[in-house]
Amino acid sequence: MFELGVKVAFSLAQIGVVFGIVLLTVMFLTLAERKVIAWMQDRMGPMEVGPYGILQPIADGLKLFFKEDIVPAGANRFLFSLAPILALVPALIGFAVIPFGPNLTVELFGIQFKPFVISDVNIGILYILAFTSIGAYGIILGGWASNSKYSLLGGLRAAAQVISYELNVGLAIVGVLLLAGSLSLVKITEAQAGGFWHWYIFAFPFPQIFAFVVYVISAVAETNRVPFDLPEAESELVAGFFTEYSGMRFAFFFIAEYANMILVSCIAAALFLGGWNAPYPGTLIGHLGFPHFAWIEQVVWFAAKVYCFLFLFFWLRATLPRLRYDQLMRFGWKVMLPIALGNILVTSIAAYLFPKS
Amino acid sequence: MSGSDLLLDYLSRYFPILLFIGIALAFGVVTLLLSYLVQPKFPESEKLSPYECGSEPFSDARMPFPVRYYIFAMLFVIFDIEIIFLYPWAVVFDKIGLIGLVEMLVFIGLFVVAYVYAWRKGALEWD
Repeated sequence: MFELGVKVAFSLAQIGVVFGIVLLTVMFLTLAERKVIAWMQDRMGPMEVGPYGILQPIADGLKLFFKEDIVPAGANRFLFSLAPILALVPALIGFAVIPFGPNLTVELFGIQFKPFVISDVNIGILYILAFTSIGAYGIILGGWASNSKYSLLGGLRAAAQVISYELNVGLAIVGVLLLAGSLSLVKITEAQAGGFWHWYIFAFPFPQIFAFVVYVISAVAETNRVPFDLPEAESELVAGFFTEYSGMRFAFFFIAEYANMILVSCIAAALFLGGWNAPYPGTLIGHLGFPHFAWIEQVVWFAAKVYCFLFLFFWLRATLPRLRYDQLMRFGWKVMLPIALGNILVTSIAAYLFPKS
Repeated sequence: MSGSDLLLDYLSRYFPILLFIGIALAFGVVTLLLSYLVQPKFPESEKLSPYECGSEPFSDARMPFPVRYYIFAMLFVIFDIEIIFLYPWAVVFDKIGLIGLVEMLVFIGLFVVAYVYAWRKGALEWD
């Protein structure tokens, strides 16, 4: 009984920390996005709230929390309230299987714990794919339940777009699975240890660079970001599927979008860029003679990779114009899909010719 | 490991995930409830009418939509199931050798046939 209690308490603490970090990152991503885009356009961005505007996200959050939550006339009240939660929860729970640091085991009261992953299930990547797909329901239900034409069109577009690019994400990952021989994100990351030439984006026998490009483009499309933000194209659909949402429900869609961005960045870092592995063998801190503190460096590497990806999202938004819908679908089905499929064929033949052991 | 140990191991791996799902759900519901308690509520018919660029909303918003969306949804279901079959194969690829490779090449061949068929029939065109 005591053992169970300690385990639950440790899990709760882990979940609390991950939850806090994700929500905090989401908050400051909204500010970072406005700042980065502002600087790219030679503006200052938010400057009013706090020094250099760093308290802006808190002001935004408080404002949304105290705003009137309007349910439009003719809306389906139940689905209208359910949709934001249905979009938010899958975006958050994906983090349960992400390894944020090395696969260490610490012992507390005689019970072993893994501090840097909430749960190392052996179907990690499948779990994430399954749950992120549910997020699409939130978007399409929210669009339909709003009783607004813009929302409906936005929801439909989002559904068709997300499932089209989901296919490419699924195919792009198969190449990595072939090389790693596991679905667990911890094992996949561990297999890439020993320097950047072991990362799957460059790895022998067949570098997954094509899979990586397909994954990144599809991830941008799946999170409905520029240049694939057709579901919320403000010049034609006002705000797409959340046109009618206000207050906290609107905030939930917003948090879900940013949490999804962080999640796909984490997956990209773990699958293709070696996760918490440094680009050289071992760790600097380990080489200097403090192997017990090597985890600090590894966690920093993971965070650095994830934040580079998040910067890429902003960079794309400041640089690229929006695609047209037929271009988007043609690109997904006729360009991305054949590349991903060809990558699987070549990788499987290469992996057969040069087996691991 | 014996059967009950396996079950316990399994439960101890998935329990934190269940806990996480519960907390995420609770976060969503509780935040909405709290916000509901503190927010002002002044509904009026103009405010509640769906946004349509300032003009009076006309006709029902739940209108018929192009069948295109439906075709893509069907294509997705078919192709996604085929992709899911690739996952277990990729994981045990090292152990099944040449037979596994050839069989999956045949399977991917069938996938490509279906894909080319859909392409030639114009199912992948949007206009």
